[in-house]
Amino acid sequence: MDIRAAIAVAFGLALCGTLSSRASADESYSQVERGKYLVDAGDCAACHTSDDSKPFAGGRPIETPFGVLYTSNITPNRRSGIGAWTDDEFYKAMHEGIGRGGKKLYPAFPYPYFTHLSHEDVGAIRAYLTTIAPVDNSPPPNRLEWPLNYRFMMTGWNTLFFKDGEYKKNPDKTPEWNRGAYLVEGAEHCGACHTAKNMFGADKTDHRFEGGNLQHWFAPKLVNDRPDGIGTWSADEIVQYLKTGRNAKSGATGPMAEVVKNSTSKLKDGDLHAIAAYLKDLPGTGEQRSASKTDDKVVAAGKDIYDASCSACHKSSGEGVPFMFSPLKASAAVQSGDPTTVIRMVLGGARTQVTKDEPTPSTMPAYAWKLSDDEIAAVVTYIRNAWGNSASSVSASDVKDVREDIRKDVTASSAQ
Amino acid sequence: MAKHDISRRSVLSSTALFGTWFALEPIAKAEAHVYSREQPWTEEHEDPPHGASPGPYQFFTADEAAFVDAAVARMIPNDDLGPGAKEAGVTTFLDRQLVGPYGRAQTWYMQGPWEKGEKTQGYQYRLTPAQLYRTAIKAIDDHCRETFGGKAFRDLSIDQQDDLLQKIDKEDMKLQNISGMSFMTFFMRNVVEGFFSDPIYGGNRDMVGWKMIGFPGAHYDYRDYVSKHNQDLKIKPVGLKGRPDWKP
Amino acid sequence: MASRMQPVDVVIVGFGLTSAILAHELTEAGLRVVALERGGWRDTSTEFNISYAQDELRYYWRRELFQEPARETITFRNKMSETALPMRHLGSFLPATGVGGATIHWNGQTWRFLPTDFVAHSHNTQRYGAKVIPDGMTIQDWGVTYDDLEPHYDKFEYLYGISGKAGNLKGQIQEGGNPFEGPRQREYPNPPMEMTYGPTLFGKAAKEIGYRPFTAPSANMPRAYTNPLGVRMGPCTYCGFCEKYACANYSKSSPQTTINPVLMQKENFELRTDSEVLKVNLDSSGKRATGVTYVDTSGEEYEQPAEIVAICAFAYHNARLMLLSGIGKPYDPQSGQGAVGKNYAYQIVSSVNVFFDKDQIFNPFVGAGALGVIVDEFNGDNFDHSGLGFIGGGYLACWNTNGRPIETHPVPKDTPKWGAKWKRAVADSYQHTISLATHGAVMSHRDNYLDLDPTYRDVHGRPLMRLTFDFKDNEHKMSDYLTDRATDIAKAMKPREVHEKKREGSYSIVPYQTTHNTGGAIMGSDPKTSAVNRYLQSWDVSNVFVVGSSAFPQNPGYNPTGTVGALAYWSVDAIVKKYLKNPGPLV
Repeated sequence: MDIRAAIAVAFGLALCGTLSSRASADESYSQVERGKYLVDAGDCAACHTSDDSKPFAGGRPIETPFGVLYTSNITPNRRSGIGAWTDDEFYKAMHEGIGRGGKKLYPAFPYPYFTHLSHEDVGAIRAYLTTIAPVDNSPPPNRLEWPLNYRFMMTGWNTLFFKDGEYKKNPDKTPEWNRGAYLVEGAEHCGACHTAKNMFGADKTDHRFEGGNLQHWFAPKLVNDRPDGIGTWSADEIVQYLKTGRNAKSGATGPMAEVVKNSTSKLKDGDLHAIAAYLKDLPGTGEQRSASKTDDKVVAAGKDIYDASCSACHKSSGEGVPFMFSPLKASAAVQSGDPTTVIRMVLGGARTQVTKDEPTPSTMPAYAWKLSDDEIAAVVTYIRNAWGNSASSVSASDVKDVREDIRKDVTASSAQ
Repeated sequence: MAKHDISRRSVLSSTALFGTWFALEPIAKAEAHVYSREQPWTEEHEDPPHGASPGPYQFFTADEAAFVDAAVARMIPNDDLGPGAKEAGVTTFLDRQLVGPYGRAQTWYMQGPWEKGEKTQGYQYRLTPAQLYRTAIKAIDDHCRETFGGKAFRDLSIDQQDDLLQKIDKEDMKLQNISGMSFMTFFMRNVVEGFFSDPIYGGNRDMVGWKMIGFPGAHYDYRDYVSKHNQDLKIKPVGLKGRPDWKP
Repeated sequence: MASRMQPVDVVIVGFGLTSAILAHELTEAGLRVVALERGGWRDTSTEFNISYAQDELRYYWRRELFQEPARETITFRNKMSETALPMRHLGSFLPATGVGGATIHWNGQTWRFLPTDFVAHSHNTQRYGAKVIPDGMTIQDWGVTYDDLEPHYDKFEYLYGISGKAGNLKGQIQEGGNPFEGPRQREYPNPPMEMTYGPTLFGKAAKEIGYRPFTAPSANMPRAYTNPLGVRMGPCTYCGFCEKYACANYSKSSPQTTINPVLMQKENFELRTDSEVLKVNLDSSGKRATGVTYVDTSGEEYEQPAEIVAICAFAYHNARLMLLSGIGKPYDPQSGQGAVGKNYAYQIVSSVNVFFDKDQIFNPFVGAGALGVIVDEFNGDNFDHSGLGFIGGGYLACWNTNGRPIETHPVPKDTPKWGAKWKRAVADSYQHTISLATHGAVMSHRDNYLDLDPTYRDVHGRPLMRLTFDFKDNEHKMSDYLTDRATDIAKAMKPREVHEKKREGSYSIVPYQTTHNTGGAIMGSDPKTSAVNRYLQSWDVSNVFVVGSSAFPQNPGYNPTGTVGALAYWSVDAIVKKYLKNPGPLV
């Protein structure tokens, strides 16, 4: 095929791609409105807004296993923001992870996901960001471990772990599925938390959406496994969770609370259904869970502790009160392979995100003062194995580690 | 009187600016807390009770503690029903209460003028609970030494102690500087508190008070028992900090 | 020099039950509303969660949820000839402080007053002749009827998820409900609570005598409930730490659990805590409020201008603020002139302890604040008072609220106050005793009133509220009669022993009775004898509304909260539908 034909085909494909992603929009949008919608979908504020009165002015510290990064200022300020950037430079940052002047960006900025966004959508995001009030704010310098503080190290990382490319529709799947894939793999960047990372901080591509541990929280499995994935959730339940912050089985707490508040609660119903359709199609791992070995004495103590400390909300049957106190029986989150989130919630408490649809701030109290590491290990082991549940035991030293992590996080956030 | 027109339309038309209205004012230096658009919460936010710290007496002198040990033993003696107030640690409980905000009458209205008042008007003494105890213990021990040949309250026989406390309560025997009845009212109430409050406060050791009557303590869910009419539920008591057998 | 805040449409004093209702309705109408609460923020998950809410010493005996007398208290005397002295620590009643007010620690017993309660003066006069109202008794008709309030009772009950069985549905008497109640348009939003043993026995005995007992209407949820605002509540766990304590599992109705989650999300609402209103400011004519002056915990003063001032603090705090601000004419008991401070009332309660042998096990700790069975034959004017020598009445109840041992360790009559015999009596009685209660009306009297104390001051230097109050002959006779009726039922339960404890002598501020303080800013049809009109609008300053049990001209036999909620809805309805269209006196 000669070059002109190739360009024509490529253009045609790109156009189809753009048209198909636009076809699922319910109404026609102005570019800026569309850009705002995408910025909500991408939850840019979660990282780029440090001070609520100065949206997108950057400076928010992001903890990584390699040190602390400070987010950039993406307001239109010409000195410290992106006001002087061209549209192409903005696209290159989103699509290739390369900033103005060839500066390599760190993938804490999830460009491996944003690369999937269409050129048109990136343009809309840019258009929206130019309407934000400009703020002159230079973020503090990053504090990364040597040698990662040298950005050129990212060349190697990109070679090994990154492939740029806008999302390509799968012709064997429905438009709804493709829209869901576009959102999940793109703007919503779910895998940034829900996919485990290798020692270089890149996605473990063999274990996509099988859960990930980030910033001392465990983001649960999103593949269709039972008991610890979304195998027991219906598409409607996924939609309800993302839209209202909770469903009969679970509520959004911890870092997911912010995702619901800033992002998914603002998406259109059609897009939420698309995301659900895509997620429900993620194949399970096929792993069989064998009955875990637990110490009878530990479980007996755990049951006692549960009856006195937990059953008033979660009931002796573990069934809780749907939409208020999540059921522990058959809960995917409770039976997660990695128990970090469960332990953390017992120690520090957790508030379910409120939305207009679900205003009740059902909140689990913090038990850090009341229960020792041994006692929390016992009760968590108990709930992971009671009422037909089956998951690994938890040890007192597991609890101790999480206790220390929370103290660090709480101290850090109050110092901000 | 001029009628002031509140035009709802004028109110509603400025709603777009509304978010900034409150923020314009000098709230920054105020000690008020402003809540708008959401209810606050932080991870690990707790307001746990201040239990009794371990260790020796912080309020009572050795003599006072000896008095209290003897006196609480008269209030709730050790017998075949089980341990009494002394064994339950009520002296420690009282010690920690009197050294803290309760002893200081921190939440009470303690301004003058001071008048005796009617019984229906309640406590009108200048004395905080800490001062009340200190003054009463001294008055009673002084009285004992005068009346019983140099013996302090703790050295009297049990019958003598019981008899004396009755007299003090009825004000058949007047104490120096203090109303015996007032002291006994506080004392009885505080001893019961020490015998039946959560063990973290120093009394009700090993939940002996709760075990005596069958009170399950800090349980919070009895739904499974509501329909169990007229049944002995045999629920093991638990404190706010659990039970010893929670450590597997 | 007070800093001036941006003007708002409505400033609300206090952020308890009535404030939340007013704030919600007024923000729904598009107004900008600020609420000023002198206490602090209070939320279930942090201030009273399930890991430490069940602490008998801390919350009741060390008073942690209640107002601190050190900052502000009342002075009290039985008669005008005595000197009022400060209530130095709490006893008879437990006013609260902080977001949610006293509804954080209430029982949840929720009633509608009887239709005859609202016209106590004219009804009793009509039925028994004018002489039945003795000289010095100053009861009045309310200026509203039960029918006026019925839709607002309904709205409040659905907001708060009240559990119960309707006794009178549109005029048809229903089995299992209160046969004496006024007609209601529809059933309760939640079914009656499942009952424990003690009140069940009481109900059986009451039936044998010929009474018609029923399960008490309750704000402790019998099941998970979502109210009309979309706010969810959990089911009550019968924890026995209800009244005087705060609920840890979202199952006791309060502003926190019913309105605040929605209200706090609104753009046109702002709450400032730790902000104490010192007074309502009036313009030079004295007939219009310009806003309030408040102070924060550093002593810094602020002026909050507003078009409407809603005084929504606890009962007698409302009257005090009116007096401190010069709103209305202070009541003078000698001349009977003036209305602010007039007709303070309370509740007269008594009990009967019923002792059984060890074969009867009651498990008193399985309880809830409004869990009980009621006999209402002797409330209001439900019975013929001819020849009895009193008017009014009350209900008989077997409540099963708690088995908290410091508070609840009944012993038979003549048990020594301490020692081995006392210990034995406590151990033998704890599981085998129940207590019956009578909950009686208090009529208003000329010399039961509120005014400002001449001597004692609060932490800001303002005079304390002075309470002059005693039970009169009417109350004692009525209460003794009720106690005797309760004893009848107790005996029919065939116990080993009955110990009747009548309310004797003068009213004392010392033992806990109820937190049902009423009056002081009473409503009525005549500006000479009431402080607010039928819409709870001040007669004297038409942009001031005073909402609470302060409006009751006298206190009927039921708990006040249901009516306080209904009046709040009734009043704010008038503000939205009438006042906003045409600001000025509504009557």
